Amino acid sequence: MSNSYQANMRVWRGDDTGGGLDDFKVEVNDGEVVLDIIHRIQATQAPDLAVRWNCKAGKCGSCSAEVNGRPRLMCMTRMSTFDPAETVTITPLRAFPIIRDLVTDVSFNYEKARQIPSFAPPKDLKPGEYRMQQEDVERSQEFRKCIECFLCQNTCHVVRDHEENKQAFAGPRFLMRVAELDMHPLDTLDRKDMAQDEFGLGYCNITKCCTEVCPEHIKITDNALIPMKERVADRKYDPIVWLGNKLFRR
Amino acid sequence: MAELERHEYDVVVIGAGGAGLRAVIEAREQGLRVAVVCKSLFGKAHTVMAEGGCAASMRNANSKDSWQIHFGDTMRGGKFLNNWRMAELHAREAPDRVWELETYGALFDRTKDGRISQRNFGGHTYPRLAHVGDRTGLEIIRTMQQKIVSLQQEDFAETGDYEARIKVFHECTITELVKDGDRIAGAFGYWRESGRFVLFEAPAVVLATGGIGKSFKVSSNSWEYTGDGHALALRAGATLINMEFIQFHPTGMVWPPSVKGILVTEGVRGDGGVLKNSEGKRFMFDYIPSVFKGQYAETEEEADQWLKDNDSARRTPDLLPRDEVARAINSEVKAGRGTPHGGVYLDIASRIPTEEIKKRLPSMYHQFMELAEVDITKDEMEVGPTCHYVMGGIEVDPDTGAARTPGLFAAGECSGGMHGSNRLGGNSLSDLLVFGRRAGLGAAQYVKALPGRPTVSDSALATAAREALEPFDEHVGAENPYTLHTELQQAMNDLVGIIRTKEEIEQALGKLDDLKRRMHNITVEGHRQFNPGWHLAIDMRNMLLVSECVAKAALARTESRGGHTRDDYPEMNADWRNILLVCSAGGGDPIVPDVTVTPEQQVPMPAELLGCFELSELEKYYTDAELAAHPERS
Repeated sequence: MSNSYQANMRVWRGDDTGGGLDDFKVEVNDGEVVLDIIHRIQATQAPDLAVRWNCKAGKCGSCSAEVNGRPRLMCMTRMSTFDPAETVTITPLRAFPIIRDLVTDVSFNYEKARQIPSFAPPKDLKPGEYRMQQEDVERSQEFRKCIECFLCQNTCHVVRDHEENKQAFAGPRFLMRVAELDMHPLDTLDRKDMAQDEFGLGYCNITKCCTEVCPEHIKITDNALIPMKERVADRKYDPIVWLGNKLFRR
Repeated sequence: MAELERHEYDVVVIGAGGAGLRAVIEAREQGLRVAVVCKSLFGKAHTVMAEGGCAASMRNANSKDSWQIHFGDTMRGGKFLNNWRMAELHAREAPDRVWELETYGALFDRTKDGRISQRNFGGHTYPRLAHVGDRTGLEIIRTMQQKIVSLQQEDFAETGDYEARIKVFHECTITELVKDGDRIAGAFGYWRESGRFVLFEAPAVVLATGGIGKSFKVSSNSWEYTGDGHALALRAGATLINMEFIQFHPTGMVWPPSVKGILVTEGVRGDGGVLKNSEGKRFMFDYIPSVFKGQYAETEEEADQWLKDNDSARRTPDLLPRDEVARAINSEVKAGRGTPHGGVYLDIASRIPTEEIKKRLPSMYHQFMELAEVDITKDEMEVGPTCHYVMGGIEVDPDTGAARTPGLFAAGECSGGMHGSNRLGGNSLSDLLVFGRRAGLGAAQYVKALPGRPTVSDSALATAAREALEPFDEHVGAENPYTLHTELQQAMNDLVGIIRTKEEIEQALGKLDDLKRRMHNITVEGHRQFNPGWHLAIDMRNMLLVSECVAKAALARTESRGGHTRDDYPEMNADWRNILLVCSAGGGDPIVPDVTVTPEQQVPMPAELLGCFELSELEKYYTDAELAAHPERS
């Protein structure tokens, strides 16, 4: 059963002052994933190689990196997807500042999370009295599958090479959070204006890069961002709403 | 240590999983200032791995359920060694804790009439587990994370500072608790990112650090599970109980080798999946132990009928408590009826339609497809036991979560007592909520009642700093932390694993002594900034101390019960039922002190709770003397 071979791995090492790609020759065994190989490099060749990881089962979203330039979870990327002769290159997420080696500063995401107004249930509804139909919760449930690996945040071209947009744009993960709350059957806030004005929904031009990299296969663009854009558009371009806004300054 | 980063809080919670976050919420709602310190990024804690659900007798799926029946199931699952008061509080309060999560924004799966759906699980009489597909833990941790954000938003509206009352210190490891006399005065640690030291001054510390599974080779646990809270508590003068009881979850992946141990949810069996050996036989019918005789279906027809309608048949033995199923799988494999990769088969493909599998068990589908190239809607899974949970933990007061050291509290997996000798699936998430809240409340009350603040001495800080930096010193005969960790995992797995003997446990203790000696020679390369070799060197100390507790308690308990199976004492012994093996530490090595195990009696269960059980069932567990006062006897 064992088909061991020596893989050529190239791993970015360095810190916020700079760095470069280091080459490693590492043993690979049946069924192993990229994270196993990174761990083997740590255990045998570079004990201080910095990497974030946790569950090693695709559930926590910690071990995000770029594998041959593609944003991936290292624990869910099998070595068998590469040719044994190929050099596999591992680099840190590009959209976030480097801390060390494969570890980046993802605090941007936590700051955006904190800006989104929280779930606001009806005031008179007591615990235990919540009633919701399965088909009504399913829409938001899809978005709550998110493991916050931030691969979508990393790949989205609005911020990937445009640091200047980070202020005005929350990124796919957090626009999806706004959509999730907007679609929650018992949420009482109107989140359409904030999606557009505060979190930069308008920056998204639905290229679906976020959906492509999502390890949970959430249809971020089709199911969260586009419906949210449609709701915003209904509001903005509905002549009656427009007139009402003019007359009553809502 | 003039340049040391210092923070002052009312309560410091160590660990940001379910129990920790619930404690944070409670302490903050009591008006206190709280710091939460965790080794990983916020929201990544091991709770995300919980799959099947959260047990609470809400009676949405079967109106016959009640807290008393949940209590009874919990005691039975733990073979009556549980702290009955914890089991009682847990069963009574779990429904409120789950409903509360809905007010924070949780979206559980629903029943037809719009209430929270509940599923079957091992050892639970009725469908009782609130769930979201097979990612319930993620829902619970995210919900509480978002509740904390919501509290921070309230604080921002009031004070202009999001962090006025709750601050998250993530990627920060606590290496030592600091005391003033016999009381807690704070917690000392380092930032993983920079390696710089940090001190939290606080009169109360809540430990919510989870389990110890990383001391075992085959484990469903993440790297964080190194027994930090257990070890911090021991070194601070608190005690551990039930450390001999380790839960090996019956269904971990067995192939490919790199994913060996990753969990396969019990929800697969709850939703109709069955275990089969290499001969295609549903073998669990042969493994119903005498204490459960009469409570489980004895034919395949009856078991399948029960899945359709709980009230017209007895439950399937595929859903016996986890310890029973794990031992049964172990026996089948030993008898040569295992799969090619040393497990047994778990079949859901032939039991429910493809679309149902994808809907009810999406992450299992995904996990097998991507990691093992197995399509579980077409083929059987190969599964085997994996180290999953430690029943043992810090000995606490059931109502307040207070440990023996004043100012120290604990909740969740790192506390002990609630689950006795074996935890039922689904009782962990509810445990986190019930006792996380109680520990947060207990800590808040303790702080409010304190006349003055404890102080931290400079000498204690100097010692903590020196010990943390020891791996950077040059050592003769330098050791690699990764090598030592691998040796520890192998020893615990092989010698103090699912089936134990005196000889093997003694061998393990010899190995632990050897590792303890070599630990001081661990030498790490590089500098203090995000250095995983150094991080492991520090975690190793905790794993060694806790492993010694496991081995010593396992050696002392000369019977088999729940998550402790002695090949040389295969029977359960009623004389052992009420005995707790209490571990304390002191003397010897300052970093990994010597462990002492002392047997102590538990407080007997009051008559009204005994009334939850038939006398004939109690007679299977209790001594005659203990039952003399039972109403049916006197």
